[in-house]
Amino acid sequence: MRFSLKSPAAVLILCLLGGCSGAQSALDPGGPQAQHLARLFWIFTGVCTVVWVAVMLVLLASLVRRTPARPDPLRLDARSERRSLAVVGGAVFATLLTIIALTALSYLSQRQLFARERPAVTIKVTGQQWWWDVRYESDAPDRTVTTANEIYIPVGRPVTVKLAATDLIHSFWVPSLFGKQDLIPGQDNEIQFTASRPGVYRGQCAEFCGWQHAHMGLVVVALPANEFQNWLTAQAAPAAEPEDAERKRGAEIFAAKACIMCHTVRGTSAGSRVGPDLTHFGSRKTIASATLPMSRGNIAAWIVDPQGIKPGVNMPNVSIASNELDPLVSYLAGLR
Amino acid sequence: MTRAVVMVIALAALAAGCEREDRPLRSEAALNENREAIALASNAPGPGGPIEYKSGTRAQYEKIAFHVSQGKKLFTWYNCSGCHANGGGGSGPALMDDVWIYGSAIENIAASIREGRPNGMPTFRGKIPEDQIWQIAAYVRALGGFVASDVASSRHDQLYAHEGESRLPSPPDTAGGQPGLAQPK
Repeated sequence: MRFSLKSPAAVLILCLLGGCSGAQSALDPGGPQAQHLARLFWIFTGVCTVVWVAVMLVLLASLVRRTPARPDPLRLDARSERRSLAVVGGAVFATLLTIIALTALSYLSQRQLFARERPAVTIKVTGQQWWWDVRYESDAPDRTVTTANEIYIPVGRPVTVKLAATDLIHSFWVPSLFGKQDLIPGQDNEIQFTASRPGVYRGQCAEFCGWQHAHMGLVVVALPANEFQNWLTAQAAPAAEPEDAERKRGAEIFAAKACIMCHTVRGTSAGSRVGPDLTHFGSRKTIASATLPMSRGNIAAWIVDPQGIKPGVNMPNVSIASNELDPLVSYLAGLR
Repeated sequence: MTRAVVMVIALAALAAGCEREDRPLRSEAALNENREAIALASNAPGPGGPIEYKSGTRAQYEKIAFHVSQGKKLFTWYNCSGCHANGGGGSGPALMDDVWIYGSAIENIAASIREGRPNGMPTFRGKIPEDQIWQIAAYVRALGGFVASDVASSRHDQLYAHEGESRLPSPPDTAGGQPGLAQPK
């Protein structure tokens, strides 16, 4: 059979290989914790492969080998009895040794995963249907920043993420940085991880949480420490005043329409905490919880028909006149 | 033969249980704003009750448990409880008694939310989408006890002496808890 890229096997293999790299892959670790997990994965895969091959070989041998019929099945041959006892004993011992070794390895990795250092930054992530509320905690109130669906972290520094939920159980999973950890109402979970190289990592909810569970993504951006501080300072600032007539009109529409019932834009009269904080919305990479890339067209599409893009989402279809959409989009895109 | 017939009937009865209610998967069109004119008081001289206006076009809202529970959520989100508490009333009138200044029909309640009322009730026209107004109105009807008990939502957590179990703070770390959860000090 000629090997063709169109064959189902080739498609399957390519799909599997696609999981080995990229912004959302446990096999492409971006930090020490993910490194532990990836190493554990490969050791387990290797050991399991060896065990499987050995079992298959023995099975094959027992099928192929011809045992001559014994003249008297009831007569015991002491030497062959001892030999089979040794073989079975050896196999049981090897199995026990393997299980103990893997358990010890798993335990050691677990200990390293949950070892704690003093964090460079503490972030509280609250899961909601179907987005992530992100709050940078600080002793200074003016350094407490609220944003949504995007987590910026400094490279090479330990980051503590506190996980909470208000409605139901979600799970925080950025495969390139850490394993899954649940967000449970009434239970505070906490993880700590480090990103060792700058870049954009993607994560998503890993616990089924309703209709749009698949569209509950998030983005983690690792920046060099000084750039991270600049970002945090910019985020802590209130929204800039709209500078031109169109954006001023957009701000008026935002305040007069349903937007203001759920969203916060710090520095304006909009202060509701039901939906994501939009103070620096225009600087984000995605909208609707990493569902759509950030662009003017996507903002407009999302405002006009959120229920068509993410059916069941809490943002309702609101009535916006055709001549109101452009100023509103300009206002939101300009919230940088 | 008889056994087969009984089986089929039993299965049909079970299958009928699946269809408790039709949950609308898409909200109403955004521009489908209600323009029904509702007279608030009669022109006749002398005291008189409010005019109950029953068009019946949105009657399904108080027959669907989904709408009522959405209304309950929105009642909190839009801070209705700021004035009406959880139906008991505060600076706004109580909603769980049988006094209805502006009428108890769902159309009247929706009109109160949409247009506002004198002495404090603001207008939410344009601020709350039309279908959400009807959901909140359906919940207010449930507070007043007008809605069938299998549709009405359960009692609000805030009405209990302490918060729901899921909202209480985490218990302190115990020896058997997650390893290393405690922060180094």
